[in-house]
Amino acid sequence: MIPRYQTILFIVLLVASVAMGGVLWHLRERAHQRLVAGQDSAPTQAPAVAPAEQATLMLANDDDNSLLRQAQSLPLPQDPGERARAILGRLLDLYAAPGSFHPVPGGASSVAQVFLLPAPAQNPEPGAESGNSNASSAIPRAEVKSAAPKPGDSIPGDTGPLLAVVNLTGAFAAGHPSGIETETLTVLSLCETLHANLPRVTQVRFLVDGQTRATLAGHADLTRTYLATDDVAQP
Amino acid sequence: MRSTNSLPMRAPLIVTLVAMAAAAGLSAGTAAAQQAPPASPSRFVVVLDAAHGGDDAGGRLTAGLQEKTFTLALSVRLRSLLAARGIQVVTTRESDLTVDPNRRADIANRANAQACLSLHATESGSGVHLYASSLPPAEPSRFAAFKTAQAAWVTRSLALAGVVNSSLLRTGLSVTLGRTALLAVDSMTCPAVAVEIAPKRPPDRATGSPPIADLDDPDYQARVAEALAAALVEWRGEAREP
Repeated sequence: MIPRYQTILFIVLLVASVAMGGVLWHLRERAHQRLVAGQDSAPTQAPAVAPAEQATLMLANDDDNSLLRQAQSLPLPQDPGERARAILGRLLDLYAAPGSFHPVPGGASSVAQVFLLPAPAQNPEPGAESGNSNASSAIPRAEVKSAAPKPGDSIPGDTGPLLAVVNLTGAFAAGHPSGIETETLTVLSLCETLHANLPRVTQVRFLVDGQTRATLAGHADLTRTYLATDDVAQP
Repeated sequence: MRSTNSLPMRAPLIVTLVAMAAAAGLSAGTAAAQQAPPASPSRFVVVLDAAHGGDDAGGRLTAGLQEKTFTLALSVRLRSLLAARGIQVVTTRESDLTVDPNRRADIANRANAQACLSLHATESGSGVHLYASSLPPAEPSRFAAFKTAQAAWVTRSLALAGVVNSSLLRTGLSVTLGRTALLAVDSMTCPAVAVEIAPKRPPDRATGSPPIADLDDPDYQARVAEALAAALVEWRGEAREP
């Protein structure tokens, strides 16, 4: 014969166990909900095949110290920063190809990022924008305007001149041939290619692995801001 | 009693006067160094800046030749040629030393030179590359920013580049002219040109063969040095003209 108090104790313990199980289940569900809410549960965007567009590359030639304008057709993303990166990547791919007139190893992966910022007001460049207003551009002005207000877009404002910050990889700088001519041509071809495709880009600065660097490979000064339209550097 | 007390009383005054005189002299010297007064026609000084050195080897020109070694050898050779022509030479380095770009410019600026040549070498391209500063020309000012001090001299630097170009072409060497941003040259307060020696002929791109390894050819080096010396002699003549 089980004493009555033991029966009551057993029932109380059973009810408490069931209640605790329910509470634990509820807490687990809440934790799971919080975890799911913290993740980006949006469906992955299907890779869109960007249409091929015309881009203008300013190809360097070591033999005669010149830049040659060349039109290339390549798929370009809509985001201006990514667009600039893709164009510079194609330029560096051509430099890395066998038989290049400006041989530089590295290729497209040498450009880590391109950031577009409003150009500082203290570095005006008269005529840079107006002198190239009719130049062929891979990004129509209207497209730049419509892209400006989007959150996360990399092109600020809608009319003013832009400063492009080109972040190169350390491997590219380490593998770049050393010399005044070859380094200067690389810098100028990057600057002028940016301006040819993004006419609002009037100034260019260079970083290497996100840091300022004194020279590209021992010669060309990377601490200063380059004007994108000619070979005159801005202090 | 009064006279013995007066000497200690005057001592601080004398010290103050001496200090003020020294400070005045020092400031005058600094101003003179910064303003770079025109040198007398009889004093013609050339600064030879052998690029790189020490930890900074520069480019690798051939299998056994580094840029720092080449530029130092060219600087020594050119110094001898200029000294034989009665030109005073100041060099930024005489041995395998690391010299900061600011230090190079400082040496050149203190020399109050009429010509500054920054000597470089490369394995890319061909012939001799002449570069003047890409800074936009500016009016001389009493207090110029160190990093852009060359701006007031860019016009003269371009004229010097023209003289050097003519001399190299007369020697039969191919020359390319350009403008660039170099840390040391952009801070020099003298007519300054960067001279970059490349192989005589470009590489054969059809076969992918490397350029002719003639940077270590003594004859090629001698031709370049002779042409540079002749250019500086011509530049001295132009500088003496009213």
